[in-house]
Amino acid sequence: MSELALSAVSRWYGNVVAVNNVSMTLGPGVTGLLGPNGAGKTTLLHMMAGFLAPSRGTVTLDGEPVWRQPAIYRKLGLVSEREAVHSFLTGYEFVLANAQLHRLPDPAAAARRAIELVDMTEPQHRRIGTYSKGMRQRIRVAAALVHDPAVLLLDEPFNGMDPRQRLHMMQVLHQLGEQGRTVLFSSHILEEVAQLSGTVQVIVAGRLAASGDYRTIRRLMTHRPHVFTIHSSDDRRLAVALLAKEPVVGVELDPAGGLTVRTSDYGTFTRALPAIAIAEGIRITRLLPTDESLESVFSYLVAS
Amino acid sequence: MINATIVRITLRGLLGRRRFLLLLPLPALVVGLAVLAEALGADSTDWGFPILVGLGISVVLPVIALVVGASVLGSEIDDGTLVHILTKPLPRHEIVLSKLLVAAAVSTVTVGAGMAITGLVAGSPRLALGLLAATAVGVLAYSALFLALSLLTRRPVLIGLFYVLAWESMIGNVVAGTRVLSIQQYVLTIAERIGGTTLFEGTVSLPVSLIMAAVITVVATGLAIDRLRSFSLAGETS
Repeated sequence: MSELALSAVSRWYGNVVAVNNVSMTLGPGVTGLLGPNGAGKTTLLHMMAGFLAPSRGTVTLDGEPVWRQPAIYRKLGLVSEREAVHSFLTGYEFVLANAQLHRLPDPAAAARRAIELVDMTEPQHRRIGTYSKGMRQRIRVAAALVHDPAVLLLDEPFNGMDPRQRLHMMQVLHQLGEQGRTVLFSSHILEEVAQLSGTVQVIVAGRLAASGDYRTIRRLMTHRPHVFTIHSSDDRRLAVALLAKEPVVGVELDPAGGLTVRTSDYGTFTRALPAIAIAEGIRITRLLPTDESLESVFSYLVAS
Repeated sequence: MINATIVRITLRGLLGRRRFLLLLPLPALVVGLAVLAEALGADSTDWGFPILVGLGISVVLPVIALVVGASVLGSEIDDGTLVHILTKPLPRHEIVLSKLLVAAAVSTVTVGAGMAITGLVAGSPRLALGLLAATAVGVLAYSALFLALSLLTRRPVLIGLFYVLAWESMIGNVVAGTRVLSIQQYVLTIAERIGGTTLFEGTVSLPVSLIMAAVITVVATGLAIDRLRSFSLAGETS
C-alpha cells in the first residue's frame, strides 16, 4: 500500500505553464488521468516518477520526495509513452535485465512471472525488434512490473494496441488495482478511462479540472448539452416531432437542407431519435455530432 | 561500483551499432600506413611523427574515444532507453562508472592495439608499451570528458570534435599556454617518457600530464554523475 501525493505542484517551461497548481492524492486502485493532448498529463507523470523537478510544490511517495531519489524505484514502476526498448534484446532478456538491475534475489523467476502476467510467454524469446507495437508495450509493462512495485505509472498505455490487446491490458491493470497497488494511467480517450478506473483525475490546460468517481464524471459527460446535424427524408416533419420531445431544446432548419438540433441530454436524445424516426416513418440519412471534440467535452467539464 | 548488467547491455548496444563498426578500420589504417612505409624502405624517423602523432594520437585516438564515449550514454538518451536504467534504485555513480568503464575499455582495446603494433613496427617493444600506456590514460580522460558532454548537451559529438580539432590541434599548436589543457599533449608526454623515443616530444611535464589527466577524468565524471541525478524527461508541452 503506497500513497503518491502531489501538493500544489506547478511546472513551467520558460513562460509556458505546463502544470498549474495541481494537488491530488493517489491511493490503492486504478486511477485514470484523463485530458486532451497537450494538457500536461505527461509532464505531471514525469514529475510523479521523479523525472522532472516541480517548479513549485512537492511530489511525495509515502511522505518522501521523489526528485533525485533513486530509492523510490524500489516501489515505483514507470511505463513511459516513448516506446523505446533495446531492440537487440529478446523480450525475456529485456525483462531479465530489468530484474537484474533491481537486484532481485531471483531475477529469472521474477522475469518469467512478469512476462506471464502480460501474456507474452510465447514470443518472449524473439528479439524485441520483431514485436508489434502492442507486444512491445506489453513487454515494457512486464519490465516495469518485474520488481512487484506498489505504484505503477503508465503514460498512454493503450496507444497502438488492437482491441483484444487493449482488453487484456485493461484486465491486467484492473487485477493490479484489485491487489491493492496504486495504478495510474494517462489517456486522452474517455472510454478507456470509463471502462477501467474507479477514480478519474481530469486535467485540462495544466489544471486539475475534475476529480473523483468516474460515474459522476461520466454522468456529466453523457448529460451534457449537445448539438447534432441531421439529414433526413423529411427534415421539416422531423423537426416538429423532435421539438415535442423533452431533451430537445432547439431545432433549426438549414436552408441548404438538413437540421441542427440542440439537446440538453446526449444519452436520452440518442436513444430517442431512432424511435421518433420509426414512428414518423422518416428515414435518417445522416447524423453528425457537431461538437464531439474532446476539447468541448473537457471545457464543459471545467465549466460545471 | 560497477554494474555487470549495465556493462553487458552497453557493450551489446555499442558493438551492434554500425557507427561504431565503421570506426574499427581507423586504427588498422595507422598500422597499414606504418607497414607500408617500412616496406617501401622509409625510415621510422621520417614516417614516425606524421603517422603516430599526426594521424594516431591527434586524430584516431580522440575521434574513437569521442564516438564511443559520447554514445555509451548518449545513444540511450537519444532513443529513450536510458529510462529503463534510470527507473532502478541504483546509485547514479554506478551507472556512470559502468558506462565509463565500457567506453574506456572498448576504445583502449581498439586504439591501443593499433598504436602498439605501430610502435613495434617503428622500433621497439618499449615504444609499443609507451604508446599503449599513453593511449589508456588519454582514452580514459577523453571518455570521461565526452561522456559528461553527452549529458550536458544534445550535440556532444559536434562539441567534442570542436575540442579535438580546433582546441587541441589548431589553437594548441599556436598558443603554447593552452597545451596544459590538452589531453593530446598528456598522451604525447606519457608515450615519449615511457616509450623512450625521439620520434616525437611532449611539451607538458610528466607529473602535470598525469595529474591533469586525472583531474579531467574525476571532474568530468563527477559532473556526469550530478547531471544524471537530475536527469529530466521532456514533457509533451516542452
